[in-house]
Formats: sequence, structure tokens, C-alpha cells
Amino acid sequence: MADPGTAQPALSAHAAGLCGCRVCGRVNPAEAVHCQRCGSRLDPEPGLQVVWAWMIAGMIAYVPANLYPMLRTSTMGRTSDSTIVGGAVELAQMGSWGVALIVLVASVAIPLAKFAAIGYLALAVHRRWPMRGHMRHRLHAVVEFIGRWSMIDVFVVAILAALVRFNLAASIAPGIAAVSFALSVAFTMLAAQSFDPRLIWRATEPETR
Amino acid sequence: MVVATADPGAAQDELIACPTCDALHRIGAVPMGTRGICRRCGTTLAAPKARAMTRIVMLAATSLVLLVAAVFLPFLEISAGGMTRRSSVLDAALAFSDGITLPLTLAVAAFIIVVPALRLALIIHALAPMALGWHPARHAIPAFRLAETLRPWAMAEIFVIGVAVALVKVAGLATLHLGLAFWAFVLLVLVNVLNDNFMCRLTIWRTLEQRSRR
Repeated sequence: MADPGTAQPALSAHAAGLCGCRVCGRVNPAEAVHCQRCGSRLDPEPGLQVVWAWMIAGMIAYVPANLYPMLRTSTMGRTSDSTIVGGAVELAQMGSWGVALIVLVASVAIPLAKFAAIGYLALAVHRRWPMRGHMRHRLHAVVEFIGRWSMIDVFVVAILAALVRFNLAASIAPGIAAVSFALSVAFTMLAAQSFDPRLIWRATEPETR
Repeated sequence: MVVATADPGAAQDELIACPTCDALHRIGAVPMGTRGICRRCGTTLAAPKARAMTRIVMLAATSLVLLVAAVFLPFLEISAGGMTRRSSVLDAALAFSDGITLPLTLAVAAFIIVVPALRLALIIHALAPMALGWHPARHAIPAFRLAETLRPWAMAEIFVIGVAVALVKVAGLATLHLGLAFWAFVLLVLVNVLNDNFMCRLTIWRTLEQRSRR
């Protein structure tokens, strides 16, 4: 065996005819169904079908999230509905450019970037596009990390509605878009979770079987 | 650091497959306080720390107490035009309780209260006997596995940032005061961050397996 310091390609459990567990790292025999250490279901040949399915579900739920109102504000008997983009435009017109930008980035740019990133990763693995460095591995880590933070919008709507209700001059009620946005975020999280990062590396390994 | 082996014939107990990239490593003796990282992708594979189990259990118990306080104490107080309204975390969760947004109530309550509480309870159940030097509890392995599955869905810290954003939005309309529960939540988030630093999952799994055997 060569000196471990040199850039010798790492041997993966898959290439060695074994099956590594993604939860606890245990190396199992290739034919094992459940991990011998933690009992998780093993998936020796992870596919991309589930990833695509959750991702498309997330994209579908994202459409009504943008078309329907997220917040219904009533001030002095006047009711106005605001969508995500509409709310940001209103904020910008009021002069709060900073907050408007944050809203746009958090609820428009990041969800769209997540769809693009998951789609890119799945395509890159499927088509075996050449890879350099750690870019894809980092991209997956970022998408998995950022996914749950998109739920912040839904929480903000919940907090606003709980605070500004009933006896005050203004009242805020959540709109149907809050539901579809939450669903979209959950579906995208599931898509990122069901993407097996080991595929990123497996695509670069020589076929063994 | 940990060195990969090219010998698949080695005992499977000594091998570890990186959960991120599947590279095989021989997990030798990683000294206390150091980290063994995957040489292909850099994921931490082993990070043994002195008394880590005790610390994890203590921090989880602390979080559980803080979570109870955070749920029941007043969270925010808003006053405008001489009227004051107190709101607890439960109120925020129940904000979606009418009409078509009802399912969202359940989801929000689950994300900020039920899942974090369940996860902490599972961690304590799985690891507390080991922290005391006993054998792992019954069903410790499925309990810890469920705790790991729930991890991305426990969103208490996201809720705290959500509160900060909501404050900015309402700041013009009314005067706001943060209640005790808000600070309980902030502490909760800090404790959770500490806990995640102490927790090297692969090390815990190996310890669980070794101690369950006897």
C-alpha cells in the first residue's frame, strides 16, 4: 500500500463489496438489509427517483405560495392581502430597502437556488459529469443546512398573527400561501435528505461491478 | 489522523465507512480531544472527548427544562394604544388554528415544541444510563436512531430568529417587550449548539454498540 499521505484514490465501502451505513458508519456485508449496529435500513444502490419526486412536489407547492396571499392585514376596517413578492415591494416603497431585500432573498432567491442546486446535483450524478474538487459535496452540505431555515417565513407569519390579533387596531391573519410555502420547504428538505451524498463520489469511481 | 485502508479483509468492526462519501477507514485509537476526519471529504469520523456522555445528557436535561419554561411563560408582550396583549409560544403555534390553515397549526406546534421535546427525551433515555456507567437502556439503539431522524425537524432555533424578524416588522406599529420565555428560548438554542459540538454521532454509535454487547 502506498504512503497514505499521497493522493491515492480512497477505496469506498461500495467498491470493496461492502455496504456502509449512512447513520452510524458501520460497515456491513453487501447483502445486509438492516445495519448491524444501528438497525437503519441500508440502501446499497441509492437512486435519484425519490429526490426528483420530492423536488417536483416542492416546486409545485411553491407556485401557489407565490400566487396567493401570505398575510391578510386589516387596519381600521380595511383589508389588504399581500403575497410574498407584494409584501417585499410594499416594504421597498416604504423605504425599508434592507428588510425588503432580506425578504426577497429568504423567500424567493433561496428556495429557487435550492431547486437549482438539487436539480444540478441529481443531473450531475446521473449524467456522470466530470467533477473537480469538493464543490458538489459542499453544495449538498449547504443545501441540507439551509433547507430548514426557510421555515422562518412561516414562523414569522405565525408570530405576527398571534401578536397582532383581535383587540388592536390592526389585525393580521395568515393566508393560504403560508401553508403551501411550509409544504414546499418540507418537500425540499425531504428532497435534500433523500439525495445520498455518496452518489457524488461514486460517480467519479471506476465501475467495479 | 485516521488512515484509510485498502484491505477489505480486515475485521468489519475496525472499519468505518464515511457517511458522506463512503470511503473506508480503519478506525484506530483516536486520542481523546482530537478529531479523526475522512481523508476524502473531511467529514468528522471520530471525536472522542472526556466525559462526553455525561455532558450530552446534562445539556439535554437543561434544554428540556428550558423548553418547558419557554412554552408556558409569556413570550412577547405587545402594547399599542393603551392596550396590552401577552402572547405565549402556544399562541403563536395556534395562530393558524382557524379554517384552511389548521394543519399548519399542528406542524408549527410539532416543529417548535413536540419534536424538540421528544428528541431531548430520547437522547436522555438512550445515553443517561451510559453516562452513569450502566448498560444502555432497553431500546436505546432505536431511541437514538429516532432522535437522529428527528434532528432536522426540530426547529426551535429557527423560531427564535423568526421572532427577531417579526419584531422588526411590528416595531413601527406597537411597543414590544420580550418575555421570560424568549430568553429561555435563546438559552435553549445556545445549549443546543453546545450539545451538537459535544456530540460526535459516530463515536456515540460505536460506544452504544460496544456497551450493548456485554
